[in-house]
Amino acid sequence: MAATPDFEALSVESATVHVQLSAWQRVRRNMSVRIGGTVMLLLVLVALLAPWLGTVDPSLFDPASRDLLPGKSGEITTLEGEQIKHRFLMGSDSFGRDIYSRVIYGTQVSLIVGVSTAVVALAFGIVLGLLAGFLRWLDGPLMRVMDGVMAIPAILIAIALVAMWRGSLTTVVIAIAIPEIPRVVRLVRSLVLTIREEPYVEAAISLGTPTWKIMLRHVLPNTVAPLVVQGTFICAAGILTEAALSFLGVGLPPDIPTWGNVMAEGRAQFNEYPHNIFFPGIFLAVTVLAVNILGDGLRDTLDPKMAKRG
Amino acid sequence: MLNFLAKRLLSTLPVLFIVSLLVFLMLRLTPGDPAAVLAGDAASTEQIALIRTSLGLDRSIPEQYIIWAGHLLGGDLGQSYYYKTAVTTLIGQRLEPTVSLALITITLAVLIAVPLGVMAAWRFGGWLDKALMGFSVLGFSVPVFVSAYLLIWLVSLKLGILPVQGYKRIADGVGPWLYHLTLPAITLSLVYIALIARVTRASVLETLGEDYIRTARAKGLPEVNVLMRHALANAAVPIATVIGIGIALLIGGVVVTESVYAIPGLGRLTVDAVLARDFPTIQGVILLFSFIYVMVNLLVDLSYVFFDPRIRY
Repeated sequence: MAATPDFEALSVESATVHVQLSAWQRVRRNMSVRIGGTVMLLLVLVALLAPWLGTVDPSLFDPASRDLLPGKSGEITTLEGEQIKHRFLMGSDSFGRDIYSRVIYGTQVSLIVGVSTAVVALAFGIVLGLLAGFLRWLDGPLMRVMDGVMAIPAILIAIALVAMWRGSLTTVVIAIAIPEIPRVVRLVRSLVLTIREEPYVEAAISLGTPTWKIMLRHVLPNTVAPLVVQGTFICAAGILTEAALSFLGVGLPPDIPTWGNVMAEGRAQFNEYPHNIFFPGIFLAVTVLAVNILGDGLRDTLDPKMAKRG
Repeated sequence: MLNFLAKRLLSTLPVLFIVSLLVFLMLRLTPGDPAAVLAGDAASTEQIALIRTSLGLDRSIPEQYIIWAGHLLGGDLGQSYYYKTAVTTLIGQRLEPTVSLALITITLAVLIAVPLGVMAAWRFGGWLDKALMGFSVLGFSVPVFVSAYLLIWLVSLKLGILPVQGYKRIADGVGPWLYHLTLPAITLSLVYIALIARVTRASVLETLGEDYIRTARAKGLPEVNVLMRHALANAAVPIATVIGIGIALLIGGVVVTESVYAIPGLGRLTVDAVLARDFPTIQGVILLFSFIYVMVNLLVDLSYVFFDPRIRY
């Protein structure tokens, strides 16, 4: 075919105009966000649909169905004392509980802990960071306290606090969130110090806008993107720390089905039944991996400055 | 330099003071009588009363802190009610395994991560670079206890090369000592390798774009020299920094790793103390670990002078 000039390409309508993509569009086109987000979405579905995914009550046990290998069928006693047939997809533990059900229900606990930890750490971090950035007299003392908290290894703070308060969902979340707060405070404070030099904030100040209003209306909205990124990483850290605490036997009570608890119970029989540790371990690793990949993608798209830093 | 050293040493004091205050307050903010908590679940009324007067728990909180900090400065971390010995003695007994594990891990991690990071930056975008970046995300995401069991299953149970768990003192011979610590150190070093390799890569990548690298190449210097003498040497400060910051990660990992491999070190002591609600021991271990963390980062700061002659304090 003869090379006819492509008039289409020369027309004014088709001239490529570089439209600045909105933040949301950039996020949606990012591969890491897509992969991490899809896996997270699946995990959320698993958590929500846990009762309908072929599970039984994760606390049910049956002495006759102890230490079954994955895929074996057996029986399990319901709370009414009735024996029902059940296929143990991931085997059973030394009490005869279904590991598959415990792992699936463990998804709920892990996601709740991860998200709550991020929310708690962000909430306290934002308030303290805004105060440190705006109130000169508070800045020095507050940041020294944060330095002190950061000098104590995170898991030790969490372990000590849980030991004192005894493990429950609330105490575990707060104990894990506390060592994460200083990083948020530092981030918010540094953002505030930069933003308050911006012309629009100066304009607001010169118009006599009260400080609290400047904080909420002008400063806070500009901290959202970096905080979303930070929140994702705190979520991953929260899921990991909760699993570590439960694994060490100092986290949530053993009757609550969490991945860490299932793994802790599997330790004694690891030689014969390694899958008791591997199944929850895989779920844990995949979840944290998905959150981290999602965080990396969000950082690259929402917060280019932070992406450059490292 | 001496002036700086003094200043930098002094600057750690507020941090250490805050840490001591936080550790002190942790126990005071616990619901219940701190004397009863410190004495443990099996203590008699007389024992509790004795602790109350010896720690001045009947006085105001600031007074209590001064008494407690006074003991601390005198090297007295209190008595463990569970082990019935001084906490300092207890820590002394558990120090060797933890220090051994930490030192082997750091050595292993630096020896593997730095060359990997340099190579990845050198062949930026190549297969090694991609593999390393993939590994580092994986390293941050797979918890220590999952990789520990994976390695135990593979190396100890399937291949039968290294022991599943346990520890031999260095006094019993370097061979058995190393034999027992190899697998725990590999486990613990994974996340540390991920961290150091990532920063090394980023840092070397930045220096490779500098003019002096082009000059070095133009004058016909062997590539190895360009990478080591020019690129890596100039990238050393961020690498040293991340090694220091990573100590916190290492300490957290030690607690879990020692528990998995049944190593009788400080991490194991921490978990046992928490399970027994042995508060003097918990406080002592937290103070020690935080002190180590602050001191290591002080050393890292001082090492900048060595790595970068432009930095003069």
